Amino acid sequence: MREIAGRLLSECSVEMVIGFRQGTMPMMNEPCFVTREEDVSSLIWDSNCGINLANYLTNRKEKIAVFAKGCDSRNIVNHIVENKIGRDQLHIVGVPCTGMIDKRRIAGLVEGEILEVSETDTTVKVKTAAAESLFDKAEVLQQNCALCVHRNPVIHDEMVADPVEEQTDIDRYADIRKIEEMDAADKWQFFEDLLSPCIRCYACRNACPLCYCPTCFVDESKPQWVGKGQDPIDVRTFHFLRAYHCAGRCTDCGACQRACPVGIDMRLLTRKLEKDCQEQFGWEAGLSLEQRPALDVYQPNDPGAFIK
Amino acid sequence: MSDWEPKIVSFFCNWCTYGAADLAGVSRFQHPPNTRVIRVPCSGRVSPKFILAAFMNGADGVWVSGCHPGDCHYIEGNFYARRRFTLLKNQLEYMGLEPGRLHFSWISSAEASKYIEVITEVIDAVKALGPNTRFVKPQAKVA
Repeated sequence: MREIAGRLLSECSVEMVIGFRQGTMPMMNEPCFVTREEDVSSLIWDSNCGINLANYLTNRKEKIAVFAKGCDSRNIVNHIVENKIGRDQLHIVGVPCTGMIDKRRIAGLVEGEILEVSETDTTVKVKTAAAESLFDKAEVLQQNCALCVHRNPVIHDEMVADPVEEQTDIDRYADIRKIEEMDAADKWQFFEDLLSPCIRCYACRNACPLCYCPTCFVDESKPQWVGKGQDPIDVRTFHFLRAYHCAGRCTDCGACQRACPVGIDMRLLTRKLEKDCQEQFGWEAGLSLEQRPALDVYQPNDPGAFIK
Repeated sequence: MSDWEPKIVSFFCNWCTYGAADLAGVSRFQHPPNTRVIRVPCSGRVSPKFILAAFMNGADGVWVSGCHPGDCHYIEGNFYARRRFTLLKNQLEYMGLEPGRLHFSWISSAEASKYIEVITEVIDAVKALGPNTRFVKPQAKVA
């Protein structure tokens, strides 16, 4: 990958390469913007690169090379379709992905501070001051990666490796269906409990590559659609609208959940919308540059049985 | 509680349902008085924020009504709206809103009798559920 980045920069075919570098803590790789060939050595790639790099492309003017996993590439497609960046401005370096590690699950599995995390193709080794433990990588994946059916980039100019095998026979919505089957009071209570830890830090919004409105609805004051405090109804309304804004666009990259400091699984909301888009309109986000998003088109025979 | 009457916020398209409501009035049809009508240029103008804001401010029910598919004054506004409402209704009910609080209909400006039918149906459905407690934000009491 460093070779590719170095070549692109030295040929001056791009002005910047977006990738990852080692973070200050284990399992916390951070995005990295390389503009000089001599800096490419800071680029790394492992199973802690969960942040969605498409987030850093919004409204950029220069020519950029970006490393893209399956989900990143789908968000790049979204960005191009929504005119947030031109296809000709991008050199997409596809990275086949076998999933990212859930840092919270690892932290919950071991005791004490984690000093070092290393990995092989199928295992993850976690070192704390007291002990060293070995996990099967498949068991410590983020849930969205375990359920992923688009591991290979859908759009790329070159690939760093051969495509990996896509997962099939995945039931993406088992947990969503379980909630759908509850009665209204139980659903209300379920989401009350789910969202109660929220501190309204908006990390989920900031990490999300879809959230680029110049003025977010939470910051609007005339009229104010949603209060800024910890009132449970405001919290719920925020999460509802945030998810709804991602309807037909969300690629389930997991950036929101990963960024959440209190570990709320807000993907339960976005995945419901994803499921509905698929069932009602046969739409899956970010797969093609030619198709308009689900809410930007219609069919005369769209479902509408709920309308009197 | 016996004298409780529901408050229903209705968003009516200027070109059809609003006309139907007018026609129903002119024709002296009787119907229950529980709706507060907001006139919008098209059902496609109705943002999910409006519906949430209505519930937040104490509506017991919300009803959105526009032109029949194909009859939109702006050609295709209600087609877009239909997709949006499909997801919106599913998602609100997924998060615990009782089915029966949120209603949608297509009523043309000639269908005063359908208007009476639907308004009665909407009010009955909301009445049966009682006062809304979900998505309602308690308002500061004014002395």
